[in-house]
Amino acid sequence: MSTVTTGTGSPKRRLGDLVFANLTRAAGLTILIALAGVGIFLTVEGIPAFGAGPDDLKGHSNLLTYVAPLVFGTLLAAVIALLIAVPLALGVALSISHYAPRRIAAGVGYLVDLLAAVPSVVYGLWGIAVLGPKLVPVYKWLASHFDWIPFFAGPASNTGRTIFTASIVLALMVLPIVTAITREIFAQTPRLNEEAALALGATRWEMIRLAVLPYGRSGIVSAAMLGLGRALGETMAVAMVLSASGVVTWNLISATNPSTIAANIALTFADATGTARNALIASGLVLFLITFVVNFSARAIVSRYEPGSK
Amino acid sequence: MAKSIDVSDLNIYYGDFLAVEGVNMTITARSVTALIGPSGCGKSTFLRTLNRMHEVIPGARVEGKVLVDGQSLYDSAVDPVEVRRMVGMVFQRPNPFPTMSIYENVLAGLRLNNKKLSKSDADAVVEKALRGANLWNEVKDRLTKPGMGLSGGQQQRLCIARAIAVEPQILLMDEPCSALDPISTSAIEDLIHELKEQYTIVIVTHNMQQAARVSEDTAFFNLAGAGKPGRLVEMNPTKKIFSVPDEEATEAYISGRFG
Amino acid sequence: MTDLAPAPTERAARSIKNPRLPQYAPLIALVVAVAASALLGLTLGWGVIPIGIVAAIFYLIGLTTWSRIIENARAATDRLVTSLVWVSLTIALIPLVSLLWKVIDEGKGALNGKFLTYSMRNVIGEPGGIYHAIMGTLLITLAAAVISVPIGLLAAVYLVEYGAHSQLARWIRFLVDVMTGIPSIVAGLFAYALFSLIVGPGTQFGIGGGVALSILMIPIVVRSSEEMLKLVPADLREASYALGVPKWKTILKVVIPTAMAGIITGVTLAIARVIGETAPLLIICGATDSVNLNLFHGQMASLPVFIYGSYTQPGSNPEILKQMAWGAALILILIVMALNILARVLGKLFSPKTGH
Repeated sequence: MSTVTTGTGSPKRRLGDLVFANLTRAAGLTILIALAGVGIFLTVEGIPAFGAGPDDLKGHSNLLTYVAPLVFGTLLAAVIALLIAVPLALGVALSISHYAPRRIAAGVGYLVDLLAAVPSVVYGLWGIAVLGPKLVPVYKWLASHFDWIPFFAGPASNTGRTIFTASIVLALMVLPIVTAITREIFAQTPRLNEEAALALGATRWEMIRLAVLPYGRSGIVSAAMLGLGRALGETMAVAMVLSASGVVTWNLISATNPSTIAANIALTFADATGTARNALIASGLVLFLITFVVNFSARAIVSRYEPGSK
Repeated sequence: MAKSIDVSDLNIYYGDFLAVEGVNMTITARSVTALIGPSGCGKSTFLRTLNRMHEVIPGARVEGKVLVDGQSLYDSAVDPVEVRRMVGMVFQRPNPFPTMSIYENVLAGLRLNNKKLSKSDADAVVEKALRGANLWNEVKDRLTKPGMGLSGGQQQRLCIARAIAVEPQILLMDEPCSALDPISTSAIEDLIHELKEQYTIVIVTHNMQQAARVSEDTAFFNLAGAGKPGRLVEMNPTKKIFSVPDEEATEAYISGRFG
Repeated sequence: MTDLAPAPTERAARSIKNPRLPQYAPLIALVVAVAASALLGLTLGWGVIPIGIVAAIFYLIGLTTWSRIIENARAATDRLVTSLVWVSLTIALIPLVSLLWKVIDEGKGALNGKFLTYSMRNVIGEPGGIYHAIMGTLLITLAAAVISVPIGLLAAVYLVEYGAHSQLARWIRFLVDVMTGIPSIVAGLFAYALFSLIVGPGTQFGIGGGVALSILMIPIVVRSSEEMLKLVPADLREASYALGVPKWKTILKVVIPTAMAGIITGVTLAIARVIGETAPLLIICGATDSVNLNLFHGQMASLPVFIYGSYTQPGSNPEILKQMAWGAALILILIVMALNILARVLGKLFSPKTGH
């Protein structure tokens, strides 16, 4: 272990300093232990699920065939959410950093923060009660005109509680974090580069293309990945909005939808007993690993470009 | 061809604050005009109104006229984008685009209008602009390297190459040497001498010797008083300004008794 | 210089005058687009939303084409992007407005004195109250704060004052960032697995929720406290060292008090973030209709879980319970907003003290 050697102002190491320094370091280590603990305890409680039979796995023969469709649904919902959220977030971020007058920009920033403050369970309520029903005619229309596209094969859901609706709600929920990070980076674009572009006769958009977007590229990527991490793990909105049957399908608008790992846990945990709970914990471990990898990569990209960290 | 600039009764505001007042000035084509004066007297602000770059600052606006060869820059039909193509600008600190190569930096302005520039045309433009900026021999073997890898002086000449690649009529320079060492400064000053064959150049400088070395005409700006707007005190041939200026304030500033 | 290849553009031929659209062109385009879409929509009997979507499309196409004809391709692209930026902002804010309006509209009817002061114990066929859920939420969140704040603050002190650039500090900083992305349900499962092994299989109680929420809360507290401690000017520390005050006392008596306002703001925001969490509490706290004020024994109700349960499994009186769910959602949003505003007020009130 390295000893703490940063300047203390007093040449002699005092007992108080020693105690306090180690106390703070213990707190830091506690965080690492907690993170490791998440992995360890989920593994310990998840292991019994490897011996689980069809009774505990909703008819699936083993853990792999049980978790795989859930992973599919998790990825599908998160990717669609991201496809909606990222362009929208870039637009909102640009409106705050480069388009809106300063006073309006501050207000818009506050509203986006408000979007982040709404609890997920309330998003769930809104998804069931407002968004789903509003989308039913859209799904009907898509199913009757575009049923040759596998995504819109139909038959359209009558409640609107489809994976597509769930993805829209997810998109709204990850929008604030993607917006917050990209707008921060856009606002940091060196003014010199922006002026260089304008002085060459660039329009505002050309200036953004020449100076702002290249500067923020890595930030946009990591913001999108952090958004992906959120979308993968978000539970309640999906659990409430989605009418899930756990199938594997590309059909986004029908009444039979894939489920996600998180939603499946939330929906079935209370009624599950014994090994079935272990199976749910094992699926939670899979979710933890996926989001850990995504977040780890996203943060690695960010920290690579942060000044001072080499 | 290079153009002359006529400024009449120009007032510059930041919001309600009058920053520069009542400027009347004629800038000769194909010559170098230096703008000197103490910090905060509005010379950089004035320079920016010559290609409408002041509009980048929220709340900045002008009253009065700026004519470039008889065309008013502030007519409602005038496109600021076109103005900036005609009136190029070089900034205080070198600002090449960090993600672009030397080659792409030179072409950045041109690519905006010519999406389908052929490879041979592009090569020719790059060579011409870099030769024009006295940079070709130093970088011709590493055109694909990032522009940020050059020295400060080279970066500034790259920025000049980028500015002249779009073939402007007028080149504005806002203290182009203030961030450079003496050797790079001298290289830029040599370049300014060559460029005035082709371009009308307006340069803001804090360095009186530089103004004396490079310019034909010099304009002295000063504040009318603390909290009052900046104004043009005197504009005359550089030789006259530095030997027998009309105004006492000019002489005081140049001889170092003030500012 | 003319001996080189001919320049792609003729130099003297350019004019600075381009035909331009009037300044209020976007407004005209918007009005025309909305009018056209409304006319079309009313004849074909569309709802408000299709009319809005079609109006946005009309606006985008109309303004771009207009600019393309009168101005030029580059100006048209510029206008298209500008319009897209504003359209995306509108699209992003419509759900927020719709959501808040719906919650207020549906929830206000449920609010009354009984709603806030009664539990759901032995309530059948009539509206009960959410007192038990409010108390549960407050207790569980309090427990989470009691766990998270000391650990988070001390860890932040380590990162700023002791660890600084050490390898360990860099890893902690990095993994804390990674931890902010842990799904809340995973935190719930962790707490469940932990207490299943320690206390006994299937344990569900309030303190478990506190532990689960602290997994989510600690990273937020660490990062915000770290930022605040970094803002404390170095000369303040040096002045204290110069007086012979040991480092640990300097931190406790000078550094932390100076950053206190910012730290409190950060903690308040962290509380606002976790107080609406549902998934972990569903797993580890379960649900009950009665008031349970003992964090260490028995299932505990909470507002988010109450909302979820009442809306999705309303039982025999769906109308009553669904309205109660909306009412509870309104209360929950009000609590979160109040915490956010409180954090901002605290930040504003004390920010000059940091000398930044």
